[in-house]
Amino acid sequence: MKSFDYVRPETADAAHEAAGRFIAGGTNLIDLMKLQVETPEKLVDINRLDLRGISTEGDGLKIGALVSNSELAADLRIRTDYPLLSRALLSGATQQLRNKATTGGNFLQRTRCPYFYEPHQACNKRTPGEGCSAQGGVTRMLAVLGTSEHCLAAHPSDMAVAMRALDAKIAVTRADGTTERLALDDFYLLPGDRPDRETVLEPGDLITAVHLPAPAAGRQTYRKVRDRSSYAFALVSVAARIAMEDGKISDAALAFGGLAPRPWRDGAVEEILIGEAPSEALFGKAADRLLAEAKGAGGNDFKIPLTRRTLIAVLNDLTGESA
Amino acid sequence: MRVSLTVNDTPRTLDLDPRTSLLDALRDHLHLTGTKKGCDHGQCGACTVLVNGERVNSCLCLAVMHDGDEVTTIEGLGTPENLSPLQAAFVKHDGFQCGYCTPGQIMSSHAMLKEIARGWPSHVTEDLSAKAELTIEELKERMSGNLCRCSAYKGIADAILEAAAEQREAAE
Repeated sequence: MKSFDYVRPETADAAHEAAGRFIAGGTNLIDLMKLQVETPEKLVDINRLDLRGISTEGDGLKIGALVSNSELAADLRIRTDYPLLSRALLSGATQQLRNKATTGGNFLQRTRCPYFYEPHQACNKRTPGEGCSAQGGVTRMLAVLGTSEHCLAAHPSDMAVAMRALDAKIAVTRADGTTERLALDDFYLLPGDRPDRETVLEPGDLITAVHLPAPAAGRQTYRKVRDRSSYAFALVSVAARIAMEDGKISDAALAFGGLAPRPWRDGAVEEILIGEAPSEALFGKAADRLLAEAKGAGGNDFKIPLTRRTLIAVLNDLTGESA
Repeated sequence: MRVSLTVNDTPRTLDLDPRTSLLDALRDHLHLTGTKKGCDHGQCGACTVLVNGERVNSCLCLAVMHDGDEVTTIEGLGTPENLSPLQAAFVKHDGFQCGYCTPGQIMSSHAMLKEIARGWPSHVTEDLSAKAELTIEELKERMSGNLCRCSAYKGIADAILEAAAEQREAAE
């Protein structure tokens, strides 16, 4: 590991002034520092900042950025009103990691593309302009939607996929002290020709909380398909909420993991479903829309039919009789 | 940097390079070598310790980030003369072969039993509104962060289930 300066500010102002790389749980950053994929010159430990706790806010919830993944998954309000979020969190990593990993940090975890993790391989995300060894390489875990010729990496988070389905907003305090709330599609960037830029955050910008809107109607699930039944990243995952009225789908929210450089949601897929009676033909049409632009790189071609089948299975579950 | 930790109820102060993991601080600086280094990347669980009562991978902790924290290692759970119930159950059920992953398995299962008692759900808990019981399916999911290369999983599971049953009886 490269040496670094370490500071532990007590206030948000001091954290911004410290002008370094923020660290909270560190489960991903410390690992990447050991591999020298990440080489921050200064670590700013934000664990002493007042960013803990889950509180009600109007009809919704405010989740502090330092709330651990364990605490969030076990919270009774989350388990009752936002169960797909509990399910997504519990499907990720291990209890040891969830105890350390934070809500804010989970959004910012880096891709598990094997070429990003291997400094001797070319990676435009790690070193812009270097090339992409994943092209023509081992691509089983990589993305099929939203990629570019410069990067095939998939976002690894389960939690972020659930947050996308729930229309969560990320509260950010900018380095200059201004604050804003960003929807996930305004927070994450697609790779284009700068895959090193993953979010709109600039140095010194800090995630302080996540805001969940009022609980929405319908049944919820998080289905994760992976190579082993525990402690593995998603090949494909679906966070889904479906509401039914008079035998027809009245509302739908569908977000996908393992497929793209960010949690993937496509409103056109939901529009196909809303107002219609459930049927295999309808679900197939929704899957066709979702995957119309999907492009495999060889080793991940299987994700396209797998996603289709997973989506149809989830829709059958959520629209079937009291499953 | 100066770091103060309470390790197994004893206050300790160390002068450490900020790069030092909590695992290396325990093993190389405090000579508590019960905690093991396996993968050093949070994948195997051999380094599992309790920080403020919760299980974590000590290899993915920087010691300087735990200034003021309470750490419990396998040395703080029992002694050769006075084994903790989980330690005794691992001996009885042959919950190991080479023994390298054992301290991590025991620290992890120790915390896991408290998580179950607290009503924390897991990925395999069917009803998120109910309190999960420690079935073999729950045990496998909740212990998936601790690998055993010798594959002594049968003995490990039997040991944990027996210690859990004893704990329940004692509580009743």
